[in-house]
Amino acid sequence: MSDLLTRRRLLIGGALGAGALALGGYGALKPKVDTDAVLRSAETLTMGAQRMMMWHRSLAREFSEADISPTFRVNGTQAPDSEEYAALRESGFADWRLKIGGLVNRPLELSLADLRTLPSRTQITRHDCVEGWSAIGKWTGVPLSLILQRAGLKPNARFAVFHCADELEKTLDGSGRYYETIDLIDAFHPQTILAYAMNGEDLTVGHGAPLRLRVERQLGYKHAKYVMRIEIVDSFGGLWGGNGGFWEDRGYQWYAGI
Amino acid sequence: MDKQTPQSPPLRRTVLIRRHSVATRLTHWLNVLCLSILLLSGLQIFNAYPQLHWGQYGADDDPAFITIGAGERYGEPHGFLKVGGVSLPTTGVLGLSKMEGEWTPRAFPAWLTLPSYQDLAAGRRWHFFFGWIFVINGLVYFGCSLLSGHFRRDLAPNRHELAPRHVWREIIEHVRLRFPEGEQARHYNVLQKLTYIVVIAGLLPLMVLTGLTMSPGVDAVFPILLDIFGGRQSARTLHFISASLLVLFVIVHLAMVVLSGTWNNIRSMITGRYAIRQEGPDA
Repeated sequence: MSDLLTRRRLLIGGALGAGALALGGYGALKPKVDTDAVLRSAETLTMGAQRMMMWHRSLAREFSEADISPTFRVNGTQAPDSEEYAALRESGFADWRLKIGGLVNRPLELSLADLRTLPSRTQITRHDCVEGWSAIGKWTGVPLSLILQRAGLKPNARFAVFHCADELEKTLDGSGRYYETIDLIDAFHPQTILAYAMNGEDLTVGHGAPLRLRVERQLGYKHAKYVMRIEIVDSFGGLWGGNGGFWEDRGYQWYAGI
Repeated sequence: MDKQTPQSPPLRRTVLIRRHSVATRLTHWLNVLCLSILLLSGLQIFNAYPQLHWGQYGADDDPAFITIGAGERYGEPHGFLKVGGVSLPTTGVLGLSKMEGEWTPRAFPAWLTLPSYQDLAAGRRWHFFFGWIFVINGLVYFGCSLLSGHFRRDLAPNRHELAPRHVWREIIEHVRLRFPEGEQARHYNVLQKLTYIVVIAGLLPLMVLTGLTMSPGVDAVFPILLDIFGGRQSARTLHFISASLLVLFVIVHLAMVVLSGTWNNIRSMITGRYAIRQEGPDA
């Protein structure tokens, strides 16, 4: 997707550099935006249809050890390049704390050791990239539902936001930072885990060390890597581009079940 | 209630018969629109990862049996299509083609993708929107055809037509580009019937099912799809193969339209009226 990035970077750079140009461009783009709105209506239909069929909390298929991909492609960020992340990595993530906040009754801070003492779930599942390829891997981690139950959700909680350490796109305003959102149906799904191990070993940097999200019934870009903070919110409209994720802000569907 | 038009020579007359119902005509043209957009946006989506695998998983280094790519040969960039171990040079069309005058590595060229430039997110929006319309349109067609008896009356071949000798004779006639006339032209011939059945009951549902098998959400609800098609990557490959067969069908279909009376065929699909010539004096 790197060629896509370059195009976006150019666009954003241009828009920031010349506000007037961006405003002028808006009028020219307007008819195109309307077509998009029509096309996007199908997303609501897709999500509604899939959720209607999923009422019984169906599970993604789990495979056997023999089915695991010999090589699991590293996608998106290969390694976050911030000094903060470098320092964490240096110490073997001993100083890393997962922060859980927002609309919760008891904000939490959990170390990697804390997470490892919690009940874990191991699952061998297929990772589907939006581009079309798939890889099968074995993931071990803490069910997200467990952590959310400990923190206790406030009545108006609706989405979990995953703030990540990686900046997938360099921008002037920092909007290239990776983030993702899922709703509570997926957050409490039994296969939604915060994974700290892959194929029986500590998560590598390429695959999102120290912690990544697995949300098995959706496409790869929902599986946020390098998770630093989980924020419970009632709406994600005010975050970055307002579409609920890094790729969502770049035109991809928020509900990535297809 | 056939409208009759007298014509010379006096012993032959042309009769306009009702060939296609309103439902068949409307769903046919909506299907043309859907399949065109699904094909072009599908190739856009394919371009994001121009390799096909077999099995549950498949990415970069895993064995692929179709790859469209670009590389260098004798210091010159070139495009190729690799099927199994055989690599075919396809520079200009597949793997490497010109975009706004610049050689650009991309599996399918700009004139075959929607949008023309690389934009997977937009391609997916077009694909899923028209995927829904295609499915709804298909259900309307199935419903109307069952109710009206279109399948039984027009598409189902009878035992006589299925006799190997009859089928063989039809094939020979088609190869000679001699098409049924007069009374025989009132109905589809057996090759038409069989082809339409394969497309309507085979390829089109296969497109939908293999497409849905690529969805992680659908797989969670109907894991049996993974067993039927042998995995998500197999389903992706079958999706591509059945799309290719549909393109082949459309090419033959259009050739037949032209060879067996272009305007008569097109009129029958727009107004429903089809002209046949009958022996005998005017009524």
